[in-house]
Amino acid sequence: MDLRPISAAATAAETEAIDALLQAHAPADHAGRQPEFPVGFRRARSQRHLLLPGLHALQLRCGWISPGGLGYLCKRLHVPPADGFAVASFYALFSTAPQPPLAVHVCDDIACKLAGADQIIDDLKQQWDPDASPQAAWHRSPCLGLCEQAPAALRIESGEWPREQAWGHVTSQQLMQALQGGAVPEALPAPLPQDRKNLKLLRRIGAVDPASLADYCAHGGYLALRRALELGPQRIIEEVAASGLTGRGGAGFPTGRKWAAVAAQHAHPKYLVCNADESEPGTFKDRALMEGDPFLLVEAMTVAGLAIGAERGYLYLRAEYPVALRRMQHAIDQARAAGLLGADILGQGLNFELEIRRGAGAYICGEETALLASLEGFRGEPRTKPPFPVEVGLFGQPTCINNVETLCCVPDIVLHGGAAYAAIGTKLSAGTKLFCVSGLVQKPGVYELPLGTPLAQLLELAGAGPLERIGSVLLGGAAGTFVRGDDLQIPLTFEDTRKIGATLGSGVVLVLGAETPVLPLLQRLAAFFRDESCGQCVPCRVGTVRVQELLARVAGAAPLGSWSEERFRLQELGQCMRDASICGLGQTATSAIESAVARLGIIERAAAADPIAGGIA
Amino acid sequence: MNPHVRRPQPLPADHPGTPAPRLLTLTIDGQVAQVREGTSLLKVLQSLGIDTPTLCWAENLTPVNVCRICVVELEGARTLVPSCSRAAEDGMVVHSDSPRVQAARRTVLELLASSVDTSTAPQMLAFMARYAADGQRFGPAQAPLAAGERDRALAGHHHLGDGQSAATVAQPVKIDNSLYVRDYAKCILCYKCVESCGIDAQASFAIAVAGRGFDARISTEHAVPLPESACVYCGTCVDACPTGALMFKSEHDLRQAGQWRPADQATTRTICPFCGVGCTLELTSQDNKIVRVTSPKDSPVSAGALCVKGRFGTVFVHGVAGEEGDEPSSTVP
Repeated sequence: MDLRPISAAATAAETEAIDALLQAHAPADHAGRQPEFPVGFRRARSQRHLLLPGLHALQLRCGWISPGGLGYLCKRLHVPPADGFAVASFYALFSTAPQPPLAVHVCDDIACKLAGADQIIDDLKQQWDPDASPQAAWHRSPCLGLCEQAPAALRIESGEWPREQAWGHVTSQQLMQALQGGAVPEALPAPLPQDRKNLKLLRRIGAVDPASLADYCAHGGYLALRRALELGPQRIIEEVAASGLTGRGGAGFPTGRKWAAVAAQHAHPKYLVCNADESEPGTFKDRALMEGDPFLLVEAMTVAGLAIGAERGYLYLRAEYPVALRRMQHAIDQARAAGLLGADILGQGLNFELEIRRGAGAYICGEETALLASLEGFRGEPRTKPPFPVEVGLFGQPTCINNVETLCCVPDIVLHGGAAYAAIGTKLSAGTKLFCVSGLVQKPGVYELPLGTPLAQLLELAGAGPLERIGSVLLGGAAGTFVRGDDLQIPLTFEDTRKIGATLGSGVVLVLGAETPVLPLLQRLAAFFRDESCGQCVPCRVGTVRVQELLARVAGAAPLGSWSEERFRLQELGQCMRDASICGLGQTATSAIESAVARLGIIERAAAADPIAGGIA
Repeated sequence: MNPHVRRPQPLPADHPGTPAPRLLTLTIDGQVAQVREGTSLLKVLQSLGIDTPTLCWAENLTPVNVCRICVVELEGARTLVPSCSRAAEDGMVVHSDSPRVQAARRTVLELLASSVDTSTAPQMLAFMARYAADGQRFGPAQAPLAAGERDRALAGHHHLGDGQSAATVAQPVKIDNSLYVRDYAKCILCYKCVESCGIDAQASFAIAVAGRGFDARISTEHAVPLPESACVYCGTCVDACPTGALMFKSEHDLRQAGQWRPADQATTRTICPFCGVGCTLELTSQDNKIVRVTSPKDSPVSAGALCVKGRFGTVFVHGVAGEEGDEPSSTVP
């Protein structure tokens, strides 16, 4: 192909930012030179996976993706400029138009909404004059994963010394200060709400220094890797299979079966990808793990790489987690320096390299095939399966994709055996699970409980008050379901939630009070799915818009036709989106909304002007 | 499109290394079919004479399965599956016209028709009649957006009205060259133009799908006009477009003037006179003037693709401007 470059020239800053990035990644030629234009198109095109890091470099250095900067990046990587633009415009944290160097993203998603984010946004609208201050701007943001410290915000300052900070319990005053360039408090993991002695997965969080490898080892770290090296790949997979561990990202696929499938593939190389693109509104468990115990994930990924025969792992981390990024990067560097990553680990001939790749504000990239496309430098568009990633995954090779929490369960399984893990929880849902409790509770945070614990017990632990005072609970996140009444007694397992048409999802437990207006939350969920749909397939691209419009009519008490027509319309939309969407986003986008209509009677209540339904947010 | 998900091309059937193809047996709408391994469900449906609607699928393009109108019900699968890209497997039981399939197809068509101008998409209108799809059921269409407004949309942000009117992609037509126009108010985002511009035919990569969600759109880099982009005016995208969003300027002008008369048009199959390749041309003429040039997809020479000369250069037969009072209806910019 013969590409036509963008004629606009890159600025010195843009060239520098991209050169620095490519210097770090691209190998020099035989004479030690790093050619400006790689020799041979094939080699240049093989660097396409650097497009996303390149766009990050441009955005952080210059505050936007200019034609000149994009042109230079595309020229270096031999990517067609239209393709480069297509990728840049896909992500919410990249701007393809000039914008102020300081951006403050204010979360107004479900958990923050319950904590008064709307009031904060109203204050900002009144107090901040965007025209008078060309240096800063604020935007509404989907969930930032700081729900236990809601309301939350993220501040990104681009320039020569870029800074990214996320913090919780924000006030309008703090936001005004932040917009004026003032300092903001850094969000640190909130102390665990549970007594540490009952914890397994979370036991080290708060007890170890997340920056110290020595401290991690002193608390039992890296024993699992040594044990894994003794066991060998086959036995590790057997133990994981025997443990009954299932995927903790939401789908619940048996981890042992996935690993065995990848290990059985003949093609090489194989890849391990850790899905840390935790963007489900109300979910923050993976952040807690990565910030509080980063070495655990490094060790777990090394064990997984050994088991499936992958020598390279990628940690796809969402961009909204600056603290997790720093801590994970530090942990990886420390582990590499100590010979626990890289070539010949522990002198046992094991090779495993681990690299962090950042997302850029796209919920859809948590879908496994979209994540792979994003890692490869393409738009984060999911594709149909089969072929599954275990056969045709990253760069077309067999790939194992696991959630952070899933991987973090592995070291204990390897160390103590699969049977010990399977003894926890229920027969069909083994082990413990992390739950992200937020909303109207006294002690929000990450809770670790054996699967099978009744939801009511979790609610009691979190200080949700008497069950009668609870209006409903959103279980499983934006793609989850509302439960109420008797259903609050269900045991938290994959099978019991499925029986009542609900899901554990990513472990979200968002508690609503008896008087909480539900409709504004539903409207936020609908807006979320509209914003986050990749736009590829018709049912999701247009369906999410139609659902949002329908809810606006419900909120405005102005149905199109009769209310029963509206209910039927929602049903048909939901059925089509479930049946015909490419991926899980479209298939579950109406799940919470339909459950609120069916179980909470939202349409009837709105028709009767019941305040519980709530008005327009 | 991500090339990594493409499977390796099979060896030619007469290659000594090619194993004998496995025969698969599957049941479709009660009929038993035997097909070779690697056949898509759509091919099986077509071979059985089952008329399956498609919008984003074309014989000469890699299936992208985005329009979701060719979905069928596969027993044992949680969701419907796109027949265009799902490979046949032994023992599959498929229902191509079950109530569930019909409902999904109808709703997909309704969603498309409620957001896109279908006036020059006869195929879609026929599908809508077939499935009794009502494009008005989501309310009256919203007012069109101003030129460039959709191009400036940022991922993750949108404007919501009161829900009383349905959001559409309506916008003014883009006319930035003298050969073809881009009327994205008619775009159903089937990816055909992107595929034919890119890896499947022309390899110019002048356009791609930019933005996200409902704001996803076909765009050049930073939405620059076509003459500033990598477009080489081969017109393969115009040929591929199923809804008339991409249209010859000559056709667009005639339609605007109310002079487009399909009844008075003739189609002539001929061979491109420009070079030795010998691409097949299909000339559509009206009032003794060439108004559109296409290339049959089944042509063994051109397979639906042409270059700028074959596509837009044949107007020389109308004579040179000034001679016999004739103006060439198109010129290269």
